[in-house]
Amino acid sequence: MAKLLQLIKNFLITLKFITKGNKWYYGWIGVLLLLIFSGILSYIKQLDQGMILTNMRDQVSWGFYISNFTFLVGVAAAAVLLVIPAYLYNFKPIKEIVLFGEMLAITAIIMCLLFIVADLGRPEVAWHILPIIGAMHFPDSLLAWDVLVLNGYLIINTIVVFYVLYRLSIGKEYKMSVIWPLVIISIPWAISIHTVTAFLYNGISARPFWNASILAPRFIASALCSGPALMLIIFQIVRRASSIEIADTAIFKIAELIAYAMGINLFLFGAEVFKEFYSGSVHLAPMEYLYFGLHGHSNLVIWMWLALIFNLTAFILFLRPKTRENFFTLNLACALIITGVYIEKGMGLIIPGFIPSVLGEIYEYGPSGIEKSVAIGIWAAGALVFTLFLKFALPVYTGELRFKTPGSQCEE
Amino acid sequence: MPNDIKNKILQKPFSRRALLKGGALGLASLALPVGNADASIWEAFFQKHFKEMNDDEIQAVIKRMEKEYGEEYGLNFNIKNTKPLPGTLFGYGLDVSRCIGCRRCVYACVKENNQSMQPQIQWITVLRFKKGEKWVSSLEESEVYYAPPEVPEEGHFYMPVQCQQCENPPCVKVCPTQATWKERDGIIVIDYNWCIGCRYCMAACPYGARHFNWGKPNRAKQEYNAETHYLGNRPRYKGVVEKCTFCIQRTRENPGRYPACVEICPVGARKFGNLLDPDSEIRYCIENKRVFRLKEDLNTSPKFYYFFAT
Repeated sequence: MAKLLQLIKNFLITLKFITKGNKWYYGWIGVLLLLIFSGILSYIKQLDQGMILTNMRDQVSWGFYISNFTFLVGVAAAAVLLVIPAYLYNFKPIKEIVLFGEMLAITAIIMCLLFIVADLGRPEVAWHILPIIGAMHFPDSLLAWDVLVLNGYLIINTIVVFYVLYRLSIGKEYKMSVIWPLVIISIPWAISIHTVTAFLYNGISARPFWNASILAPRFIASALCSGPALMLIIFQIVRRASSIEIADTAIFKIAELIAYAMGINLFLFGAEVFKEFYSGSVHLAPMEYLYFGLHGHSNLVIWMWLALIFNLTAFILFLRPKTRENFFTLNLACALIITGVYIEKGMGLIIPGFIPSVLGEIYEYGPSGIEKSVAIGIWAAGALVFTLFLKFALPVYTGELRFKTPGSQCEE
Repeated sequence: MPNDIKNKILQKPFSRRALLKGGALGLASLALPVGNADASIWEAFFQKHFKEMNDDEIQAVIKRMEKEYGEEYGLNFNIKNTKPLPGTLFGYGLDVSRCIGCRRCVYACVKENNQSMQPQIQWITVLRFKKGEKWVSSLEESEVYYAPPEVPEEGHFYMPVQCQQCENPPCVKVCPTQATWKERDGIIVIDYNWCIGCRYCMAACPYGARHFNWGKPNRAKQEYNAETHYLGNRPRYKGVVEKCTFCIQRTRENPGRYPACVEICPVGARKFGNLLDPDSEIRYCIENKRVFRLKEDLNTSPKFYYFFAT
């Protein structure tokens, strides 16, 4: 009974911290709620009338939702870039902020699951995919693998984050003996979520654009660019909005790691371009569609060149110590790399799998208003989840928020 | 193994499953409005995987569906669950040299198989090629939307494509819920009640044979064909995938009937039969004509043979 009372008390403390903020905070939350609301309305419309409200058709049967999903798996996987230096190499400046990376991973996975549900024709029977109560097609279907690894990753990170926050909130250090096994699992697991997602496309022999062995390595390389870049921006916001100190050395170190990842990504891209264009087989068509247009269809061309220019520019900015240690050029590079990878690992990956179609047809796809609105709603939901996470975690970090435990006299 | 032991082993997972389902039902009833929930909606929602139902359960499901369809379409639907005939493996032959591209097969198929007309779904796609252009291993030069006043057109030839009923079907492999599978007579079927509409199979199919109900299927009530098969031409739902089943509702009868597309073809370009029967027409074609299959490089091993009779 006393325990329950204490739980409720602690919950109220949390609630108090989450709901209190300045006008910027309320404004931000208000905007997010509005976007979420409009996304929900659009989704209800889609549920009611069917996916005919999207611009997907039989020829291009996956589109904007799956593109966003793919990008976000990368963001989630990228937490590993913080986890490795933090726990394995005990690099102190990053160890202090690794938790934010893990929170971003949790948020990204939640968004991934929302995008998958948004893409289902019959979400009401989605339980058919579950093991035991459904008829999960394991190990044959890579989508079954994806369900397992994504949810597993979500659980691992949730346990780590909440355990650490709980220990801090009762004023104690977290025990490395508890964290260590989870961290050790989480590193290969992070790689696995993006590898399995790559294999999901990679294993389809009907789609030559995806059926290339370079796909999984490229997924990992580009994920290690976009995810950490997003984190760099978040760290700077955290630094400004709270009294938490995030060392410049941590930020610059991550920026350096991004440069290497982008270098590898560009190299792998070059290898792919060479193979396709030099050999010039019929399988060149999707690549041609992306960068030059095919039979007069060229919706994605401008985006793909932009992505390439963005990625190249960001690579140079991150590589040179002078530009990566200047916050203006650093943030510019972050924005460029996030946009670049979002195009490349989103629409730029999914759509050419379907163009030309298996029977040679070209159906040019662009997301419909409903698709955009649902997607914006999911992004807003992700931003809301992450904001609330921060709102709870930051005062725990700084020591402002302390839970009551039996026998403790901690003040709030 | 004595039968009763076997039965016990077989029954065990079912009871555990039933228990879990009960739990899921309890949870879901909290989340969903109970007021307008009539029993048949719940039965449909918690319907088991087709292969896990025994004959009685399947009959109960079919009864429920006939009632539902009857109410919705004002027709007395007959939904069969005919099992594969022993000793049959269906195969299809298409004579490229005869086909005139008239698309009668396309429309006969739609008439027989209850596809949605608005939005339009067709299980057969007829590709038109200019003579001398590349084809077979690259279909990029194909034209789907040809509409001349008269067929066949000078300097062109036609190649209809539909589900190739692969022996090694990539669509079945990727389905995350086992909603689609290969039957013993070689037909790839879908349980429309188990499909969640993820469309992974559509990405995996090299022949564009799978079609999605992007909207609610729409078709004039009097145009429905009430003679149906559970795994074939019964009316579909919004948000599920469908495809050619070699007219399972016809070909599994005894004596069997030809698929609608074979029956309608005005030039006799379409052949159908039992690959296991050495005297069948399809076996004759394979053994005596020059046959090829689409996209052999993918090792899907279709049971759909294109050939040249002349």
